[in-house]
Amino acid sequence: MSVLIFIDHAEEQIKKASLEAISYGVKIAQQTGTTAEGIVLGNLTDDLAVLGKYGVQKIHHAADANLDHLDAQQYTAAIAQLAQSINADVIVFSNNTTGKAIAPRLSAKLKAGLVSGAVALPDTTNGFTVKKNVFSGKAFANITITTPVKIIALSPNAYKIEEVGGSTELVTYTPTLAASKVKVISSTKASGEIPLAEAEIVVSGGRGLKGPENWGIVEDLAKVLHAGLACSRPVADAHWRPHNEHVGQTGGAIAPNLYIAIGISGAIQHLAGVNRSKVIVVINKDAEAPFFKAADYGIVGDAFEVVPKLTAAINKLKGA
Amino acid sequence: MKILVCISKTPDTTAKIAFTDSNTKFDTNGVQWIINPSDEWYALVRAVELKEKDPSTVLHLISVGQADTDPIIRKALALGGDEAIRVNADSHDSFYIASQIAAVAKEGGYDLVFTGKETIDYNGSSIGGMVAELLDQPYIALATKFELNGVQASISREIEGGEEVAEVTLPLVLSASKGLAEQRIPNMKGIMGARTKPLKVVEPVAVDTLTTISSFGLPPAKAGVKLVDADNVDELVRLLHEEAKAI
Ligand SMILES: Cc1cc2nc3c(=O)[nH]c(=O)nc-3n(C[C@H](O)[C@H](O)[C@H](O)COP(=O)(O)OP(=O)(O)OC[C@H]3O[C@@H](n4cnc5c(N)ncnc54)[C@H](O)[C@@H]3O)c2cc1C
Repeated sequence: MSVLIFIDHAEEQIKKASLEAISYGVKIAQQTGTTAEGIVLGNLTDDLAVLGKYGVQKIHHAADANLDHLDAQQYTAAIAQLAQSINADVIVFSNNTTGKAIAPRLSAKLKAGLVSGAVALPDTTNGFTVKKNVFSGKAFANITITTPVKIIALSPNAYKIEEVGGSTELVTYTPTLAASKVKVISSTKASGEIPLAEAEIVVSGGRGLKGPENWGIVEDLAKVLHAGLACSRPVADAHWRPHNEHVGQTGGAIAPNLYIAIGISGAIQHLAGVNRSKVIVVINKDAEAPFFKAADYGIVGDAFEVVPKLTAAINKLKGA
Repeated sequence: MKILVCISKTPDTTAKIAFTDSNTKFDTNGVQWIINPSDEWYALVRAVELKEKDPSTVLHLISVGQADTDPIIRKALALGGDEAIRVNADSHDSFYIASQIAAVAKEGGYDLVFTGKETIDYNGSSIGGMVAELLDQPYIALATKFELNGVQASISREIEGGEEVAEVTLPLVLSASKGLAEQRIPNMKGIMGARTKPLKVVEPVAVDTLTTISSFGLPPAKAGVKLVDADNVDELVRLLHEEAKAI
């Protein structure tokens, strides 16, 4: 018995979402009295040995160039083979773009129940029940997995990374793979320096900003806060901002520590994707904007005046 | 070319979210139903565009649900598609639904199966991947562009930290994300035509579920907003720093 954690990497590095998945998986292993092992597919430059401090005891690394690009079919086969050989009974993913491509496949392959978008540790007092968001964050559900092997895809920003100390044993893993049917031709980096799903702070703009040429004040604020950038749906639909910045019920769902909404009215479909943010700040010139009802802090005022002042004030704080 | 598009019936985005039966069932009382947005806006519209480009394309829609799903299926048919299949079953878990879709897809021999990136009710994001595994076909999750050249597809997809373009030989399964197509409004001709398109009802195959819903709940409400004067931005920064500890 063991917990197997899929450790994703991008741009040759282990990302925050993977560290969250590791901490989460390690905690489950502690709770259930088993060991936590990791699996890494493809080449990367990050040193895997440092992951020992998060409590993962063994990492199986398949440094196979065929696995450098995501092919859900191959990744699933590779993870399934290892899961079966080490008798894993809980398999943990981050519910990031990679996890969304593989976890469901693995669930079907192993006939192992999946909870995707988990936001808390499993409750094992009576079965195996995991809390997840439903209705795009407007509600949650407790899902009971009824199969012997359980798969959990953890929502980004839902579990705290914890250094527990320890070392990890690195082992070479060589899965048996068929030829890949997916050939990756090119890739492009997303706009913004901080990936939106992982960002601790997100600065978001809506139609109140009037046009793409006015995004400078949003970007400046994001810069001083090391924040990710987001926007409302009409802003992305009008191509003022790239699609990946669209948040809400039909865009990305995010849960940063701090969400700053500028010139966004706070329609129910927008709130659905952002209401898991810990602290919400709304800047809107209309005191009646519905967003204020969902906010922790607010300023009723013109974004074009307030936002540059806010950026300056934060600069002052950081300089102090 | 044969395409199968998966259609899910979901509550309208403005529907009141409440639960009954000691918080074990979604309260459907007064709820308006819509086609799940990413199924409609991206998956279905892109498939319709492919058929417009190559009219010999066979385009089928599939939904797993009871008879009350039919109005949603007709709405989808108004946007396009030759016929629809409804698997006559209560919705269970994702694996149950994916197994029903895979059974129909296997029999129909489709070149492409499209799903939306996720439903706005259960947010599972898992039907496409499960169907692909059950069919033993490649799966491209979160596709933002799709071009076809014979049996060769060129697909852009969201990955961690960006996007990439991949080439895949058909058959394949994909989940559709923003960018794949633009939302369309059905026209009168489409709506009239949808009434007479075939809607086949098939019985489900026997499948065990892997999960059950134990209970639902609502997140705690916010305590209320603290307003800060627009001329006193420093105070907001102080609150965010000292009180909320968010910066
Ligand atoms: C099925 C469906 C799904 C949807 N999904 C989403 C989704 O995922 N995400 C999403 O965001 N929306 C979604 N929407 C759209 C949603 O209903 C709203 O239309 C949208 O969120 C509004 O965007 P907005 O707040 O940027 O624009 P508006 O509603 O036009 O609001 C602009 C705001 O800016 C304020 N403002 C104007 N000028 C200034 C200024 N100078 N300074 C400060 N404030 C100013 C105004 O007071 C107003 O509150 C969906 C709609 C439907 C029907």
